[in-house]
Amino acid sequence: MAKKLDIRHFPGFLPITYLCLFLLYAPLIIVMIYSFNDSNSITNWGGLSLRWYEDVFWGIESQKFKKAALNSLLIAVAAAISSTSIATMAATAMLRAGKFRGKSIGFALINLPLMVPEIVTAVALLVFFSMIGFTTGYMTILVAHIVFCIPFAYLPIAARMQSIEEVYEQAALDLYATRFQAFRLILLPLMTPGIISGFLLAFIISLDDFIITNFVKGAGIETLPTAIFGAVKQGIKPNIMAISTLLLLVSVVFVTLSYLVGRMGQNKK
Amino acid sequence: MTDIAIDIQKMTKLYGSFVALRDVSLSIMDNEFFTLLGPSGCGKTTLLRTIAGFEDITKGAIRLYGEDIADLPPNKRPINTVFQQYALFPHMNVTDNVKFGLLRLGQDNATANARVGEVLELVQLTSFADRLPAQLSGGQQQRVALARALAPNPKVLLLDEPLSALDLKLRQAVRLELQQIQHETGITFIFVTHDQEEALTMSDRIAVIADGQLQQVGTAREIYEAPSNKFVAGFIGETNLIDVTVTDVSKGQATCTLPNGVAFNCPASDGARTGVGHLSVRPERVTMTSPAKGLLQGTASRQVYLGTDMHVEVTLDDQEVVTVRVQSSENNHVPAIGEVVGLNFEAGAARLLAD
Amino acid sequence: MAGALTTSKASNNSTYAGLGNLLMLPSWLIIGFFLVLPVGMMLIYSFLTKEFRGGIIWEFSLAAYDQFFFDRGLFGDDPAKIEWTYIKIFWRSIWQAAVATFFCLIIGFPTAWFIATRTGNSRSIWLFLITIPYWVNLLIRTISMKFLIRDTGPMNEFLISTGIISDPIHIINTNFAVQLGLFYSYLPFMVLPIYASVERYNFSLSEAAADLYASRLTILQKIILPTVKPGIIAGCILVFVPSLGAFLAPDLLGGAKNFMIGSLIEEQFKGNAGNWPFGAAVSMILLSMVLIVLTYYARQQSKEGRR
Repeated sequence: MAKKLDIRHFPGFLPITYLCLFLLYAPLIIVMIYSFNDSNSITNWGGLSLRWYEDVFWGIESQKFKKAALNSLLIAVAAAISSTSIATMAATAMLRAGKFRGKSIGFALINLPLMVPEIVTAVALLVFFSMIGFTTGYMTILVAHIVFCIPFAYLPIAARMQSIEEVYEQAALDLYATRFQAFRLILLPLMTPGIISGFLLAFIISLDDFIITNFVKGAGIETLPTAIFGAVKQGIKPNIMAISTLLLLVSVVFVTLSYLVGRMGQNKK
Repeated sequence: MTDIAIDIQKMTKLYGSFVALRDVSLSIMDNEFFTLLGPSGCGKTTLLRTIAGFEDITKGAIRLYGEDIADLPPNKRPINTVFQQYALFPHMNVTDNVKFGLLRLGQDNATANARVGEVLELVQLTSFADRLPAQLSGGQQQRVALARALAPNPKVLLLDEPLSALDLKLRQAVRLELQQIQHETGITFIFVTHDQEEALTMSDRIAVIADGQLQQVGTAREIYEAPSNKFVAGFIGETNLIDVTVTDVSKGQATCTLPNGVAFNCPASDGARTGVGHLSVRPERVTMTSPAKGLLQGTASRQVYLGTDMHVEVTLDDQEVVTVRVQSSENNHVPAIGEVVGLNFEAGAARLLAD
Repeated sequence: MAGALTTSKASNNSTYAGLGNLLMLPSWLIIGFFLVLPVGMMLIYSFLTKEFRGGIIWEFSLAAYDQFFFDRGLFGDDPAKIEWTYIKIFWRSIWQAAVATFFCLIIGFPTAWFIATRTGNSRSIWLFLITIPYWVNLLIRTISMKFLIRDTGPMNEFLISTGIISDPIHIINTNFAVQLGLFYSYLPFMVLPIYASVERYNFSLSEAAADLYASRLTILQKIILPTVKPGIIAGCILVFVPSLGAFLAPDLLGGAKNFMIGSLIEEQFKGNAGNWPFGAAVSMILLSMVLIVLTYYARQQSKEGRR
């Protein structure tokens, strides 16, 4: 009997996929489990407890972490709003403004933050800020975050805009709308899922950034990642695992949201 | 009532070095149902889009009731469009879609709502006012698109293959409706299609376009019965093109020699010249008779059954094939394959074409 | 001809034609002022003279690059010998990044293939599971890895308690730990582009090839690989490039002995041993390496596009 030639499936790919998932998730899950450890040492298991979560919210170091978390949140929101607006305009230029001088170099520009190694961006900004006398602090962090969030916000926004046919805006123009009205009344509402996705991704990227923030932050200002990094330098403590677990959950929630919004947009079509 | 609604003078449209429209001159009358007909890629949609204002023109002039509109953007032209895939705003319900243009023109909400009611009644969609486009059938979407374009009472309505997304039965019903609405509103309709049947049944006049050039403008009957060139004759309906030698052309009449050497007089299109030419004869205007009585003689080589009609293909001595249409009724003699027959047609049924 | 028609059409009648540069203005201002300009400044700094305890003197000098490549003895007057310290750090970085890329490919390709050959919902769930870790804070992921592989960490505890080993496996602060960290950091970057290219692959091509008597191996070599290759190259670059300049994995997992470029740069700007022109020079060397890789990639892409 002829054996069916099945070129789609290779034996062994399924186990490797499971291995891949295991490798990706095992460290995270272990940390989540140990965040509920009722022991002062991170090595020994002392039973289940929420004491390290209490410590995060009300313990000795809680003030420091709360302040860092608030900084992170404010910067992430501001950076996400700014980069999403800039990226929306850029996507409109790239996809809806036809050919113009500087278009291809503009496209390269938007993607530049992805191409320059983070550590180079970080030190370049540090040197630049000190040279122009821009005092390090919230503003320097924010500006840096806006720069590297732009390409991340741009991706889902441009993808969405590409899927919207230009004929809707032409219909609006045909019905006496100005170009600004066509943008505000037609393109923008249709773009909403893409813009939300872009916002959420930019938010996460800003919230997660360590390297660039670590260089451009001023003395005395910490975001959550830099505060965690500072603490870890003295060794991993159980409260770090609780904070990590919380931050991890925030990320998962936001990515899931972004994913669902993206799907919603697709279904509507 | 013989005002010119749209007047196009020597319009040329280039995309880089590609010529989309070449030297098109065309006058569309007030209150006319005018159709732009041609194969896909011929430039008919480009022509429509230059009238709407979505394409700027490279050369030439375009006037709307005498006013030069070449430099006006689409939102400044009192012309509305029914788009091919309708382009209904997916996030707005039927009312808001139809009201969109009215509000942009600065009408207040109450006036606009009253007008929306009127046009929805015209297209019989009053009970669907609150639906989103996605909740409507294709035919209903098409009517919303029509209502939306009619609501601002444009001077000219452009329809870009609006029936192509509908199935056959619905298309036939909508044709009648469109004609009726055009009569009721008195708005000039410019209709783009690649479907000759659509064009023939609906239009007051038709412009046939190919390769970015105007081939012929006329009523359905003129275009069908007196095609001006080979392209028009072949594109509208079916026709036989018989090679002839033209000896004389004057005052719309030609004298020519048929392939078998018989002399023949018939009407000629403008631009037909002496020398080698083509005679167009519609298959339904050719009759079969005994070889001796025929203008031409040939051998029946193929039969094609088409339901009510039949096509008999007759191969002439010079290997040209002439198709004859006969009714497929029982008392009609259909020659067997291999039978030698004579072919006849009246002088008025034939036409010498310009190449 | 139809293609030429549509592309040029878009250029003529786009809704916001003429507003392109206005809409790009914010991007130009922000990215131009806060990325292009600073990186340009770094290039200039790398040719200036260092001041003690950080900072620069505005005087042209090739000292930074000289220090990188040549050893001229303590007083700078010995005959120039090649300075191996920094070249070794670069070499180590390239090696570490390459090893991490290799392992990402070994694990990532089958995973991407497997996911791309799923159908409907199960595919999007698999894909979602692979994407999530990418969005989790890199710092937290690196800390988790550090926690897991410590000598007294859960992995060693588990292996000892089950009797598989008697002494803990020492991983932390080794080259392997850094490779593992990089692998773990950038694995999703390998999976996603390969997935995208496999998903685009039309499997009836395989069937057509099989129909024309091709063996399984031939199909893989002649039909599948050429189609999937761009995805593999993209994945390798997406892993290799950030690995090269990585800071967290070497810093947290590698310890002082397993220095990579990222830490070398950091040291020039943070510590007391700061040497800004030298740090700038190292940054420029790293950046030009990255740009060479990316240019190569862009060339490949446009070659693929022309085919």
